[in-house]
Amino acid sequence: MRPTRLSRILSAPFRLLVRALIAATTFLLARESRDVGRTGGEGVTSTAMEAGDSVKVAEAEAKAAEARARAAEAHTRAADAQAPGDGQGEAERAVERRPPEDVGAEHPLPEPEACRRILEKMALIRNFEERAGEMYAKAKIGGFLHLSIGEEATIVGTVDAMRDGDYLLSTYREHGQALARGTHPNAVMAELFGREDGCSRGRGGSMHLFDLERRFLGGYGIVGGNLPLAAGVALSCDYEETDDAVVCMFGDGASNQGTFGETMNLVALWNLPIVFLVVNNQFGMGTALERHSAVTDLSQKSAGFGVPGHRCNGMDVLDVHAAVTDALEKARADRQPQLVEAVTYRYRGHSMADPEEYRTKEEVEEWRRRDPIATFRRRLAGDGVLSDQDADRIDEEAAKAVDQAVEFADQSPFPDLASLYDDIYVYGDQVRGWHTVDERSPDVHPGEHEREAPEVSHELAEAGAAYANVGNAQERRRRQRGNGEPDEDEGEGEPGADEREEEGGAD
Amino acid sequence: MPAMRYREALNQALREEMEADERVFIMGEDIGVFQGAFKVTQGLLERFGEKRVRDTPISENTIVGAGIGAAMAGLRPIVELMTINFSLLALDQIVNCAAAIRYMFGGQVKVPMVVRMPQGAGHQLGPTHSHSFEAIYLHVPGLLVAVPTTAADARGLLKAAIRDDNPVIFIEHESLYGQRGEVPENGEPMRFGEAAVRREGDDVTIVGVSRMALTAAKAAEELAAEHEVEAEVIDPRTLRPLDLDTILESVRKTNRAVVVEEGWPHGGVGANLAALIQEQAFDHLDAPVARVTGADVPMPYSKPLEQAAFPHPEHVVQAALSTFRDL
Ligand SMILES: Cc1ncc(C[n+]2csc(CCOP(=O)(O)OP(=O)(O)O)c2C)c(N)n1
Ligand SMILES: [Mg+2]
Repeated sequence: MRPTRLSRILSAPFRLLVRALIAATTFLLARESRDVGRTGGEGVTSTAMEAGDSVKVAEAEAKAAEARARAAEAHTRAADAQAPGDGQGEAERAVERRPPEDVGAEHPLPEPEACRRILEKMALIRNFEERAGEMYAKAKIGGFLHLSIGEEATIVGTVDAMRDGDYLLSTYREHGQALARGTHPNAVMAELFGREDGCSRGRGGSMHLFDLERRFLGGYGIVGGNLPLAAGVALSCDYEETDDAVVCMFGDGASNQGTFGETMNLVALWNLPIVFLVVNNQFGMGTALERHSAVTDLSQKSAGFGVPGHRCNGMDVLDVHAAVTDALEKARADRQPQLVEAVTYRYRGHSMADPEEYRTKEEVEEWRRRDPIATFRRRLAGDGVLSDQDADRIDEEAAKAVDQAVEFADQSPFPDLASLYDDIYVYGDQVRGWHTVDERSPDVHPGEHEREAPEVSHELAEAGAAYANVGNAQERRRRQRGNGEPDEDEGEGEPGADEREEEGGAD
Repeated sequence: MPAMRYREALNQALREEMEADERVFIMGEDIGVFQGAFKVTQGLLERFGEKRVRDTPISENTIVGAGIGAAMAGLRPIVELMTINFSLLALDQIVNCAAAIRYMFGGQVKVPMVVRMPQGAGHQLGPTHSHSFEAIYLHVPGLLVAVPTTAADARGLLKAAIRDDNPVIFIEHESLYGQRGEVPENGEPMRFGEAAVRREGDDVTIVGVSRMALTAAKAAEELAAEHEVEAEVIDPRTLRPLDLDTILESVRKTNRAVVVEEGWPHGGVGANLAALIQEQAFDHLDAPVARVTGADVPMPYSKPLEQAAFPHPEHVVQAALSTFRDL
């Protein structure tokens, strides 16, 4: 059954009625299998039946029926899209969220040099993310891994519009932000591997990258947690009377945290030089935008607090670049903080363990057809700026850089166990007496201040670290089994791959 | 008795209590369509519909606050927070409202709400996603705090929590969701404030909190096998109310105590228990109460560092043996 197409060929007077009937039926069918949408309401059946009983339906009722029919159609579309064998050519009907058509504008290409730089950065991020995914599957990377594939134009368009002296703060989905800002891929990959040469010395991992030199002030694992920090950084720019500004990136889901409204008010009140970049990738984890935010045009969300917003096409690097350039100018010169919503999409799951049952393959396909890198490449080739071969070469270079990053990360050592207590405090004359101790052993570990822990403490730290099971994991397990020792790895230590799956998508 | 996973036991408790009482509903981030970050709420949306299984925006303080308000007005909300780390965003509502409201308004109103959330390290989630905060909630008068470690306790205590008229902080553990255990069929709720003696022994008492009850049990096996020490392992199951009697009774028998927890040492569960034990059983102690805790650091991401930063059986064995030193 194809309610939309059917209704299109029907003449107007009958359209409502037929729609309501079809919708009611398909809605009931769809609801049975997939009763998840918020749009489904009580009373659909009775209203539709009334509509069927009499052609003289009161106008108000007809309107209500249509509203419900629309809701039902959404269900039907979703159900259709789930049906096996539904051709991809039908995607127009099948998808719930489509790439922006009416958002943003065409822009002239910048200088060839800039075009090349932008493509290089996007290619680096794409290659990096794909390899990171592979390395996660090989358990070289632990924890949660959030990839930005699909969001490259949003990231590069934003970062490329910034000056060297500007600050950037991001979320846990921030490998691309660090790379775009100029952090070496070696340092990013080493961080993902948990190694000493990582950009956070292995302490932070994928969600907590940092590069002070490039004024990338961090990825943050707490949703909405970076907004107030960014306001403070902007305060410092203002306080010191510099010309620097701040860009704070966060997701559509983060716009629902209390920190969103509180931060908007503060920066507007104090006229701080800051731009908020909302990466609207349509979902907060498995919850679609329209199911988590009452206002779905996120560029409207900050205006009432005194921060004007604009929408841009997050799949078009030039549109993002133009929007952010403009916003930064206003923030910097006029001390008028700005918000930019970039409408984009993440191709991959929220993190690596995401069954993605909340969306259809067709929908992902639909967005992939507007791939930000492919689109930009076509434009460059069409305008005679960069041939396809040149672009291929850029991609190869990016892949090579990522290969090297993997190699580098693999060779980098794990942090020394004795460094466990490093960098909790700043030393000097300020901190006296005990401040941090390890009471896990009968001999008190003196903590950070004095490195010389008693023998037993060292032994216990090593016993603990042995559970990390890194490097020769299989070898060790075999040895243990050979010795008839219990397999510690199956204990309550680090879960194996199976168990990791078992842990569920988490965040 | 059927065996099931810890997460299934929780799921069953939710189902049964929602079936039994229309006023019980659950809300939280990604608990509906996504079926829960740890799949505890699997199938509940389908069974109970959107009115009673509510996906929320990412707004922890407001979700918990709304839960408190709904409870004050007569509903019995269950709020799922994705992990305990995010409950810090809701700490204001939990401490200033949930815990205080009944007292502050002279007993006129009650807050029958459950906040469920998992904790724990070991999955390389780094400093913002790996902590164990039972000590924070233990600190607050007005809250009840449960830390179930087995499937049976998960089910029995969650049912009790939902039926309780007080705000309950229900702390699950990320590493326990996949653990299987026998669950009695009668479906009765358990009682808060009843510790479980997981293993009997005369030589040393080991109290393990949350997942550390399992680590303690492992250590006890090793103490018996390698050191001829018979440890008594106690799982308190709830920290408020605390079954101190069972712990003291054991200490009076063994004359030695070790407390094991995953959280930080200062102001921890062990610090509290050590004080209580020495206050009430000082004359029975042959050695200072030993503590085994997580390292006093934000949880590092890097695997070897992380594993070195929370307790393993070796740590517990060492601590238990230390109570025999000098004798
Ligand atoms: C305070 C808090 N609550 C919940 C989570 C778990 N969580 C991590 S990411 C995420 C979704 C965020 O969505 P969005 O802001 O749209 O960013 P995206 O992941 O799409 O980039 C959730 C719920 C968290 N990390 N922090
Ligand atoms: Mg999002």
